[in-house]
Amino acid sequence: MSSETGSATQGQMPLKKPGSAIAHRLVLTIGPILIALILGGLILLALGVDPIKYYGYVIQRGLLSPTGIQQTLTRMAPLLFLAAGLIVAFRAGVWNLGADGQFLLAAVIAAASAPYLADFMPSWLAVIIAFVLSTAIAVIWSLVPALLRAYQGVNEIITTLMMTFLGVSLANVLVKLVFLDPSTTVPQTRTLPVADRLPRLFDTTISSGLIFGLIAIVAVHLMMTRTAFGLKLRIVGANTRAAVHSGLSVPHLTVAVFALSAGLCGMAGAIDILGVQGNVRADWNPAYGLTVIPMVFLARFNGFASIAFVLLLSVLSIGGESAARRLGVPTVFTLLLVAIVLIVLAIAEYIDHRHNQAAKA
Amino acid sequence: MVPPSASNQAEQPAIISLEGVTKRFPGVIANDSVNLEIRPGEVHVLLGENGAGKSTLIGMLSGLQQPDAGRILIDGKPTPILSPRHALSLGIGTVFQHAMLVPGLTVAENLLLGEPWWRLPKKEALREKVTALADSLGVRIDLDAVASQLSLGEQQFVEILRALLRDSRVLILDESTSMLTPSGVEELGALMRRLVERGLAIVFITHKLREAAAFGDRISVLKLGRKVSEISPERFRSVGEDELIGEIVEAMFGKQHDDPDAANRNPNIFPVETPAILSVDNLTLAPSATTPGLAGISFELRPGELLGIAGIDGNGQKQLAEVLAGQEKAQSGRILLENQPIEMLSVGERRDLGLRYLTDDRLGEGTVGTFAVSVNFLLKQIDHPPFWKKGIEQSGLIERHAVRLMSEYDVRAPGSQTPVGRLSGGNIQKVLLARELAGGAKVVIFNKPTYGLDLANTLAIRQRILDIAAEGKGVLLISTDLEELLGICDRIAVMDAGKLTGIVDNSPTARTDVGRLMIGLAA
Repeated sequence: MSSETGSATQGQMPLKKPGSAIAHRLVLTIGPILIALILGGLILLALGVDPIKYYGYVIQRGLLSPTGIQQTLTRMAPLLFLAAGLIVAFRAGVWNLGADGQFLLAAVIAAASAPYLADFMPSWLAVIIAFVLSTAIAVIWSLVPALLRAYQGVNEIITTLMMTFLGVSLANVLVKLVFLDPSTTVPQTRTLPVADRLPRLFDTTISSGLIFGLIAIVAVHLMMTRTAFGLKLRIVGANTRAAVHSGLSVPHLTVAVFALSAGLCGMAGAIDILGVQGNVRADWNPAYGLTVIPMVFLARFNGFASIAFVLLLSVLSIGGESAARRLGVPTVFTLLLVAIVLIVLAIAEYIDHRHNQAAKA
Repeated sequence: MVPPSASNQAEQPAIISLEGVTKRFPGVIANDSVNLEIRPGEVHVLLGENGAGKSTLIGMLSGLQQPDAGRILIDGKPTPILSPRHALSLGIGTVFQHAMLVPGLTVAENLLLGEPWWRLPKKEALREKVTALADSLGVRIDLDAVASQLSLGEQQFVEILRALLRDSRVLILDESTSMLTPSGVEELGALMRRLVERGLAIVFITHKLREAAAFGDRISVLKLGRKVSEISPERFRSVGEDELIGEIVEAMFGKQHDDPDAANRNPNIFPVETPAILSVDNLTLAPSATTPGLAGISFELRPGELLGIAGIDGNGQKQLAEVLAGQEKAQSGRILLENQPIEMLSVGERRDLGLRYLTDDRLGEGTVGTFAVSVNFLLKQIDHPPFWKKGIEQSGLIERHAVRLMSEYDVRAPGSQTPVGRLSGGNIQKVLLARELAGGAKVVIFNKPTYGLDLANTLAIRQRILDIAAEGKGVLLISTDLEELLGICDRIAVMDAGKLTGIVDNSPTARTDVGRLMIGLAA
């Protein structure tokens, strides 16, 4: 049939080769990062700090030194879970900005239940039950924005943000009033003994949470791209009216997205406590959720790319903490770098878009 | 403002003349060499269905768009209208369909918007001007009222006032009556009359025949981008309203000599005793703020029958299609597919039983524009074997399915992985056709299937619809194009304000019968 050969030949000559498309994407991603590092360097110069020395420290402490790289990889575990939770939500068009509240509540529940459970059951079972329990709490915490969005159309950006403030405060209240460890003067929960925590990898200090985090983000990526369920979520995210037209139950899927997303954010909190921290101190809020959001955007909601960006964030923050002590640069400089990367990336994206439009015309 | 002149019987020179104005959009000619004269002291009605090219014409008059060919003369001089601001400075004021007032500001503040930023707002001068103007028009307006608290009719008056305050000589009212209550419509009509008596020229856009006949001095009928008829003020005065409406109906729905698709189908007559494949009984849906709902819709569709649903757009056709497809729940009534009640079933269950719906909103709800063609083919079969096994995508099968359908339905695209949104309208429609006709279709609902398509695709889609009916499937064809319905249907039902006002056989008198039903007269 003539039309068949027609479409077949057309299929063989797409506008761009896939290889060059990937190269294009890489340039568009790595270029802005390099430019941002240079701009960050100029700021350091203005502060009177040698940028080469600073970046050298960051790479040395965050990536090259044995303790540094182990800390970096350990830090990645909760960040990977958070990235996985955000990818599920963002790909389905649900802007869950409540990751920190979900993270912290789960962390507190994990810190409160694990030492208690470990008193009368094997520690591996206590860790598993604490993990499940804290995940469930995070899911329950997301129910309010989920139901409001699914059945009343209330904007989840606002509700999740408000719930995150409530969640952080509630977590604090729980630490100070309910789960306070009576045996110390510091306001904090009971501490899970190091021996009862998640095992470390081989002879290192890297928490096995890293493995779980990697599994979580790869599983989420495959779910979103390869399964019918993931496709349904993506349709809801891309065109809600098409989802209704196709007979998908948008409210049910929306609640499912919230549950998955919040659950994964809760797992991040649990894994951080059960693997690394062992307890939650009052007023502890690392705000990982808000820091991971830009990384997920930079990765364009791609799970594998997110792993790379989470690694970058870990190196920057571990190395940055260390360099801050040596060179007197505030630790928030890491966040500043991330912000500059985002701005430069947006500008690059805009120029690329204009360029494409011009090429088409 | 032009000095008030008693309504002149003699024709005054036109303020605006359009000469052979043509505007093309990709795949569509929105305006095809339109000639038009807008004279002071006249309400010039632009009448036409959705898609007739009224909005494009207004867009060019108000400076939003530029014509591709032809020219616009203002006071006899060729003058390109470059921007909305330029149009205002030329004395052309436009009141758009949806109110353009800032809801939180008062009437006075709204009227003062658009002044140069360095000037202090002159509230007192405004108050004097507005009071004088409103008094002379016999309308009261509270300048301190907040815009959002005014009725739609009052908001519209504020917009008209704004245009008058800027010394407009031409006032364009774009579908201004569509949001008004009947009494609001009457008031607007009276206001227009007083304005033209002051020497203003009014361009009044509507698709409602009665308003055109009641308020107009001159009527231009647009159809598919062409001006097909003009009724002059003399003619207006010399014939009665019914005769006038008859003339307009003939112009709007009558046969064009050069219509490409004028071939009539010999309709099949189905004996009454043939069992219906789809029967709909007393379907009702409450009206919403923007839709007319459904009121007691009943009809029967027989295997192989092509039943057309005619009517002006927005009279409940889309609601009917959505209720039948299951996207919207009817309040009461029954839907029987092959004698099985399906009104309680979901979209997917109805689809599995063979009821298929081709939406008119191809990119809005029919497809996910950023997804590959291959995925869009299966949008309504997600998680169905063999394309998904235990929830896991079988990309090879999906790919082969897409390639097969693309060749079978002649979908022209760079490849099956191309985002469907990059395809032309005709090819997107073929994707929808392929999806809805696949595997076990029994009754197919088409909603405006050829809307916005070029001629070749239009003819191909119509042939496809005829083929489906010939295979013994039931076809419900919703269309605002009467020619299309007369060309291929067996029977034609007419919808008006959510009701089926009548069903006629596609006999030689069907054209007039349907035309009369469409404007609310008995067939």
